[in-house]
Amino acid sequence: MSSSSVQPIVQLYEVPGNDFTRAGEASSKVKGILKKLGYDPDAIRRVSIAMYEGEINMVIHANGGIARVEIFPDRVEILLSDQGPGIADVEKAMEEGYSTAPDEVRALGFGAGMGLPNMKKCCDEFRIDTAIGKGTDVYMIIRVRGSKS
Amino acid sequence: MKLREIVELLDAQVLCGDDMDLEIQTACGTDMMSDALAFIEDQGMLLTGLINPQSVRTAEMLDMRCICFVRGKVPGDDVVELARQRGIAVLTTRYRMFSACGKLYQAGLRGGDC
Ligand SMILES: Nc1ncnc2c1ncn2[C@@H]1O[C@H](COP(=O)(O)OP(=O)(O)O)[C@@H](O)[C@H]1O
Ligand SMILES: [Mg+2]
Repeated sequence: MSSSSVQPIVQLYEVPGNDFTRAGEASSKVKGILKKLGYDPDAIRRVSIAMYEGEINMVIHANGGIARVEIFPDRVEILLSDQGPGIADVEKAMEEGYSTAPDEVRALGFGAGMGLPNMKKCCDEFRIDTAIGKGTDVYMIIRVRGSKS
Repeated sequence: MKLREIVELLDAQVLCGDDMDLEIQTACGTDMMSDALAFIEDQGMLLTGLINPQSVRTAEMLDMRCICFVRGKVPGDDVVELARQRGIAVLTTRYRMFSACGKLYQAGLRGGDC
């Protein structure tokens, strides 16, 4: 039986846009689930980092959004979807150090412009669909290394 | 290096964490959480001046075992509690970032890049 026919565990989270202190709760929950299921620690860490940076981005740049996580035996698929301002120049946004975050955000420990590039680094597949004034979808797949796919 | 030794070197106050035999192998010092999130080393610790909950979240995502707040900063009880729940030890030291990192480096702790 190929693993793609296995039903994934699907988790949906609302990421509130108005509460910075709660940013990361969804990533933390996903991390807990993967740990309990006994996933490879390296894969768990890559999922955690990528999803956490993405969650933070939704909070600081897009007033929150939705995270949909599908857990398969050989991979984790994450869709982060928001109705924020969209990203004008995705290529630029992917550059290390590029950030439009205001100083208030930097005082909170974010806004170094390292989020998107690090997310991409953690993922095996990474895609951004965005439209100005409509919102942004970030789609990520993290494969469990050594697993058949 | 054991947590006990780190507490001594930094003359730190322990806000949570009771396993003083906890082994720490690497450290990362920054106030920018995205810098820390690019730091992928096993059995690491985070030194930071940032006392909001995201410092604990960041350490959690990285499977870090210890956070030390520098410059005498003490986080709120909610932040310490979050760390306790995640099994992360929390210290606070009066030393500033450079001095705290220097003391640990001198005693043999490394950053993973050299
Ligand atoms: N969900 C999003 N909605 C709108 N803009 C975004 C979103 N995520 C990222 N961006 C834009 O891309 C830039 C780079 O993102 P990132 O690399 O995570 O750096 P940072 O979040 O530190 O600014 C951001 O400064 C912002 O302009
Ligand atoms: Mg970011």
